[in-house]
Amino acid sequence: MFDPGPIPGKRLLRIRLNGRWREDAVADDQLLVDYLRDTAGLTGTKTGCDGGECGACTVLVDDEPIPSCLTLAARCEGRSVETIEGLAAGGRLHRLQQAFHEKLGAQCGFCTPGMIMAAEGLLRRQPDPSEAEIRAALAGNLCRCTGYVKIVESVRAAAAADA
Amino acid sequence: MPTLAGTRDGVPLIDGIDKVTGRARYTADLDHRGAFVGRMLRSPCSHGQITRLDVERARQLPGVVAVLTGEDFRVPYGVLPIAMNEYPLARGKVRYRGEPVAAVAAIDAETAERALSLIELDVRELPAYYEAAEARAADAVRIHDDKPGNLEREVHHTFGDVAAGFAAADLVREELIDCAEINHAQIEPHAALAEFDPFTNRLTMQSVSQVTFYLHLMLARCLEMDESRIRVIKPFVGGGFGARVEVLNFELVTAMLARAAGGKVAMELSREETFITHRARPQTRIRLKLGLGRDGRLRACECEVVQRGGAYAGYGVITILYAGSLLHGLYDLPAVKYDGYRVYTNTPPCGAMRGHGSVDTRHAFEVLLDRMARELGLDPFEVRRRNLLHAPTRTLNELAIMSYGLAECLDRVESASGWKARRGRLPHGKGLGMACSHYVSGAAKPIHWTGEPHAVVNVKVDWDGSVTAFTGAADIGQGSSTMVAIAVAETLGLPIEQVRVIAADSATTPKDNGAYSSRITFMVGNAAIDAARRLRGMLTEAAARRLDCDPADVECAGGRFHVTGATDRGITFEEAVKAALVDQGTLTVKGTFTCPPEAQGGKHRGGAVGSTMGFSYAAQVVEVSVDEDTGQVTVDRVWVALDCGFAINPLAVRGQIEGAVWMGMGQALMEETRYLNGMPAHASFLEYRMPTSLDSPPIDAQIVESIDPNGPFGAKEASEGALASFAPALVAAIADAVGVDLDELPATPDRILDALVARRRRQRLDAVAGGGR
Repeated sequence: MFDPGPIPGKRLLRIRLNGRWREDAVADDQLLVDYLRDTAGLTGTKTGCDGGECGACTVLVDDEPIPSCLTLAARCEGRSVETIEGLAAGGRLHRLQQAFHEKLGAQCGFCTPGMIMAAEGLLRRQPDPSEAEIRAALAGNLCRCTGYVKIVESVRAAAAADA
Repeated sequence: MPTLAGTRDGVPLIDGIDKVTGRARYTADLDHRGAFVGRMLRSPCSHGQITRLDVERARQLPGVVAVLTGEDFRVPYGVLPIAMNEYPLARGKVRYRGEPVAAVAAIDAETAERALSLIELDVRELPAYYEAAEARAADAVRIHDDKPGNLEREVHHTFGDVAAGFAAADLVREELIDCAEINHAQIEPHAALAEFDPFTNRLTMQSVSQVTFYLHLMLARCLEMDESRIRVIKPFVGGGFGARVEVLNFELVTAMLARAAGGKVAMELSREETFITHRARPQTRIRLKLGLGRDGRLRACECEVVQRGGAYAGYGVITILYAGSLLHGLYDLPAVKYDGYRVYTNTPPCGAMRGHGSVDTRHAFEVLLDRMARELGLDPFEVRRRNLLHAPTRTLNELAIMSYGLAECLDRVESASGWKARRGRLPHGKGLGMACSHYVSGAAKPIHWTGEPHAVVNVKVDWDGSVTAFTGAADIGQGSSTMVAIAVAETLGLPIEQVRVIAADSATTPKDNGAYSSRITFMVGNAAIDAARRLRGMLTEAAARRLDCDPADVECAGGRFHVTGATDRGITFEEAVKAALVDQGTLTVKGTFTCPPEAQGGKHRGGAVGSTMGFSYAAQVVEVSVDEDTGQVTVDRVWVALDCGFAINPLAVRGQIEGAVWMGMGQALMEETRYLNGMPAHASFLEYRMPTSLDSPPIDAQIVESIDPNGPFGAKEASEGALASFAPALVAAIADAVGVDLDELPATPDRILDALVARRRRQRLDAVAGGGR
């Protein structure tokens, strides 16, 4: 017989999402990816696997790329969370977005938001990465379309462009 | 030769900004407000009779709005009209572990899952077969009553005098090559969103489909609905590679749940379920015999292929036909005998995957040709050059070859890789190998033969000067909508930004056969050009009236219509549109493309499979390092050249070539589905290993343009042809590096070590035997 278990408690979560503070009631067991997609309506962050395998859900938490499908929303209390939707500003694409667009770093585009966020995490800690560093930083982000050739090219081009 | 001014480096995808900003909405991102959540119960055993399926307790659970079983589906479905033997939910019998048997829709995911746990299912187990040989055994139980020997289809084709060919050959060799089953593993998991309006009896379906027309057709069939009451929309799709050509069980189930619930139902499959849905490249055993002259000329080919097809028909008949048909069309073969066997087993159904049917037989062919060339002391490039075709020609099995750039592909990669200087001179443990491949630019005969054109595109021009192309073609990331925009813009002399493309919505776009067999560029591209030319004709006439001259004297270029030789006597595109709309109003013109009968293959049974308007050709060189202690193979570099006829968008063509080569690398190096008593042991990205950014080499992709006489601007396909030559080039490179010939894919470390151990044992035995003489 199926036992639904105890009803999870809820708490008020205060986070800085793409630069704006907001408060939402979230269940203790709510994953960050579900909070972003279902509560905040930011569907740019994707779910591609059953947990921690593909990197499509990568977002930045206090500048660190993390898989939002393995992170509880409640753990982000008081922290800064950035998603793909927060990158373009002032009517201009972010340099990684520009490069991924122009160099065809995105084909089907499903892995792209996670890929760009992982690359952004790299560029924040290493503004001038080598190809080996780029490949290592993206090793947890799977792409099935590009063979990574144009993804690596895109990140290199973005690193070379003015921030 | 077209110039396509301004696009010679290629253009970014017209929907690229949506993708890089996260604005692009995939099926799971659509508006789910008010949607019920759909879930499916799956069979826990591989083969058995359903003796009891009681859904009453699930139905009674508060929050459950619909419960379905196989009894709710009276009509079977399948991609081939001749082989529809599958129900969206199993009826009477289950045939693979994970087959859906019941479905629920509920107010939320927790309630839906609880409802599944309340369904009682009893199955009387039957013997299950996980390998083709077991299923073909004389005493095996039938998986489908109408298929003795569990044979879905056998194919026997002979062209030319095979016996005479082998008799005339100086060297005859035979090999047994095994290729593992693999999966598409597109990153977007399967999902569908269906909305049924009980007041108007209309269904709106949004799904991950590559072929919305098939989905539309099967929805009408399985829900027993009037086609005109169904609307199918393709949102952004996160990759396909063939996984989503066939209509899939969850799509039909989601729609039926929506109708039963009288509302909106969202179904999102887990990654595990997405793997189980499968429809990918089957496990294949190839027995291949080739006869070669000392001059390197191929004299005869005999090939037997056995495919483990899985539990249902799906595309099986086509896959086993492709495996034989595309032995032809790459080289000049004087005699070919082919025997193919597609076998039912109690594993998830296989289907179409990039390079459909041709990849594993091409692998075996190239591997054996390479070994025989070595035995005869011929260079691998030379032996290919001695067997080239000359276009235009027809193959033994009546495939039309209208353009053929393989010779140039060979020259390009031979030179780029430094083959002549480096082959055989690399240190031990490093090696170079090469191989060739080809693929169709669209099946010349569609599966659902209706007599309609193969493609229709509408182009609308209105008072605001905007040009909108409407196509049913499914852009799944390959850039087909961008290709349509370029084709229309080029023909009308406009910048690409001025053309909008509306795609894959049955309420607004013309029917299209969708994204399969690399048909879109050739067929939809030609239809788009046709539509744009007709529109240009109307605008030219209107411009001639305004300019008071003969239409034959009006030229259309650079966003203007002007009198030939007098660029100052002209009007803008927008002025020409306004003139054309007088007395007419908004103009919508239609363009079509039809493959003529002579392109549709031979008259023999199955002769249409493999027929196409144009073949792409590829050659590639792979450089590897092999660690003899661990068996680890590292691909250091790849050089590839693809003859795509003409690159309409070189940026996208390069992207497709790189992706195809890389996908071939995954199959060659590590990808493999495995079943433990029918249970998938690979159904996550951790267990189904594919190359990461760290495993992936630089790929030097070169474009060869043979200018096909019938292709749009001379173009052919660019997405599939380069895949199949990777694996044989890798196996040849491994042989060059460490001297072992691998007969199995993938080339995992354990298989490499086994081959190395076997070689050492052989060498010891030889040494002992030699010492005794």
